[in-house]
Amino acid sequence: MTQMNMVKAINDALRVAMRQDSRVVVLGEDVGKVGGVFRVTEGLINEFGAERVFDTPLSEGGIIGTAVGMALYGLVPVPEIQFADFIFPAFDQIVSEVAKFRYRSGGEYTSKMVIRTPVGGGIRGGHYHSQSPEAYFIHTPGLKIVCPSNPYDAKGLFLASLRDPDPVLFFEPKRIYRAARSDVPEGEDYTVPLSVAKVVRPGNHVTVIAWGAMLYEAIEASNKAAEQGIDCEVIDLRTLWPVDIDTIVNSVKKTGRVVVVHEAPKSCGFGAELVSLINEKAFDYLEAPPTRVTGWDTPFPYTLENDYLPLAGRILPAIARVAKY
Amino acid sequence: MSGPEFVLGDVVKVLEPDSTVHPDNDPGLSPERCVALYEHMVMTRVLDERLVTLQRQGRIGFHIGSMGEEATVIGTAAALDETDWLFPCYREFGALLLRGMPLQSYMDNMYGNGNDPVKGRQMPDHYSAKPYRFGSVSSPIGTQITQAVGFAWAAKLRGEKLAAIVYFGEGATSSNEFHCGANFAGVYKTPTVLICRNNGWAISVPAEKQSASETFAQKAFAYGLVPMRVDGNDLLAVYKATRDALALARAGKPVLLECLTHRLSGHSTSDDPTRYRGQEEMAAERAQDPLPRMRAYLEKKGLWSEQKQQAFIAKVDAEVKLAVEAAEKAPAPVLDTMFDDVFEQRPWHLREQYEESLHAPRAQGHGGH
Repeated sequence: MTQMNMVKAINDALRVAMRQDSRVVVLGEDVGKVGGVFRVTEGLINEFGAERVFDTPLSEGGIIGTAVGMALYGLVPVPEIQFADFIFPAFDQIVSEVAKFRYRSGGEYTSKMVIRTPVGGGIRGGHYHSQSPEAYFIHTPGLKIVCPSNPYDAKGLFLASLRDPDPVLFFEPKRIYRAARSDVPEGEDYTVPLSVAKVVRPGNHVTVIAWGAMLYEAIEASNKAAEQGIDCEVIDLRTLWPVDIDTIVNSVKKTGRVVVVHEAPKSCGFGAELVSLINEKAFDYLEAPPTRVTGWDTPFPYTLENDYLPLAGRILPAIARVAKY
Repeated sequence: MSGPEFVLGDVVKVLEPDSTVHPDNDPGLSPERCVALYEHMVMTRVLDERLVTLQRQGRIGFHIGSMGEEATVIGTAAALDETDWLFPCYREFGALLLRGMPLQSYMDNMYGNGNDPVKGRQMPDHYSAKPYRFGSVSSPIGTQITQAVGFAWAAKLRGEKLAAIVYFGEGATSSNEFHCGANFAGVYKTPTVLICRNNGWAISVPAEKQSASETFAQKAFAYGLVPMRVDGNDLLAVYKATRDALALARAGKPVLLECLTHRLSGHSTSDDPTRYRGQEEMAAERAQDPLPRMRAYLEKKGLWSEQKQQAFIAKVDAEVKLAVEAAEKAPAPVLDTMFDDVFEQRPWHLREQYEESLHAPRAQGHGGH
């Protein structure tokens, strides 16, 4: 086991995948010589060559559109969108093409790829280097959405995403790219299954659902809540869609109280869907209104970033309120 | 633009007005092949007319045809090798049938019935045909362009000697996908021929309002592609130009091939062209119809006659009639098909929704079924 951060862990996952399967290719802006602006693809061009790692033109629509063509041919492209905020020029390809290829062709064609992109705030990136656009994609039938919270999961979830038969958007929480460290078996092949959430802190009073960088805020808030005698169960979703509904429902049936945390704006965010699902499946068990702690319904701000993000300071009172309802 | 490298070549033409062949450009097709390709154009035209009638009768929901553009569609597709791939826009059912899709499968697609290869999931004329190395139609403009480029790029990376052609209208040159696709094709020198069917109209917007460019072909210069223009109403010219374009593309010089043709109908059965086009203009375009032009050439060579024309149309009519009857008898797709293929396996939420749908009241009248 080697201590790694998430950048290294995903890099290691890419190496494992590319060594095993020559159909796997990496393409995106600056992913070659410079190794990506976050260095996730560092060194891949040296090991696998310019025939498998491509510094593409500055064109997200071109990256995803050509990746679709590669996938139709039978390669397994891993396109990188440099920041999730820049994914929208490729939105038509992802929503109209990637997501629908299997369906619209009666199963003749698939558009298998893993689209990697850094998401979320916390790096002082303002509007356009901070957003969390998962809800747009969860809303589109045909896409799977993954967001790891630690290096071990990141590697295992990436390899599982690559081998899954369906297209996956792999959202990398950039705030914890280098902050989160864990033991990762370097060069080894393992998977962490998709659509399986993880209870990272067992508890009985309040269920706290989070993912990515906000998981750590949820844990911190839960630890502080414990000082007030509130015993939180924290769930790391890991895969956002299809979500592991059983783990959520089992927890809520136990606690009767739930707080959902996410960075994206509140209205029509994924938290809204989670609360609806909980209402549909565990209404009789609820002791308090399911509650969301999220980014505000504003564009992502620069200077007031930490007032926008649902950090532990904002999660804790929500936990307390739900616990005492 | 200046310099000899930015000079557009002449429009490729083969058939002269007197039905003789321009000696420099003769593609040298055998008489049998010439007849077969002409027959395919006639078949496409007959089918087009029957499908419009079926739509007017309310028996199918929609049709988007290729009246007037048969030489462009058939000539380009005929120039492909067996191993080449074709990425359609949505007006290329003639190419689809030429590649080998059975008429019955196409008709089942037009009806969206239970035998439709795409399981009734898309509106008519939105087919997929992987067994025939033929892509998948979607409605958003230009998305197939980057895909064709990516496909050809992948083949090149794997050392496979195939080329891919991709169709789009002149209106699609305004799309971001055209820009992205042309740019990637140029940068990676993919074996791709971008085929711009310039029929003059994007629904109701004329070509001159689509772009201030004097020609659509010259856009190729900016991307490092080879520009070519061809008389798109001349089957032999289209075949010849596409063969030349494919040879260039296979040699690492992707081509933007502009086919100059006319749309002798509305955009689709949902369109009324009399709202924006004059009768005289349409009559002038009808005079350039590619079918009589090729027929005159065949007749001059003694390869075709009015008798043969009548007999062939009767044969196609009979085949279409049978296909329509079978398509109308086929059942609607079963409910399962709505939930299959979203993902390879149905996740829990689709299993739940499928169960729910089984107990929901069923709607009546599925597209005529």
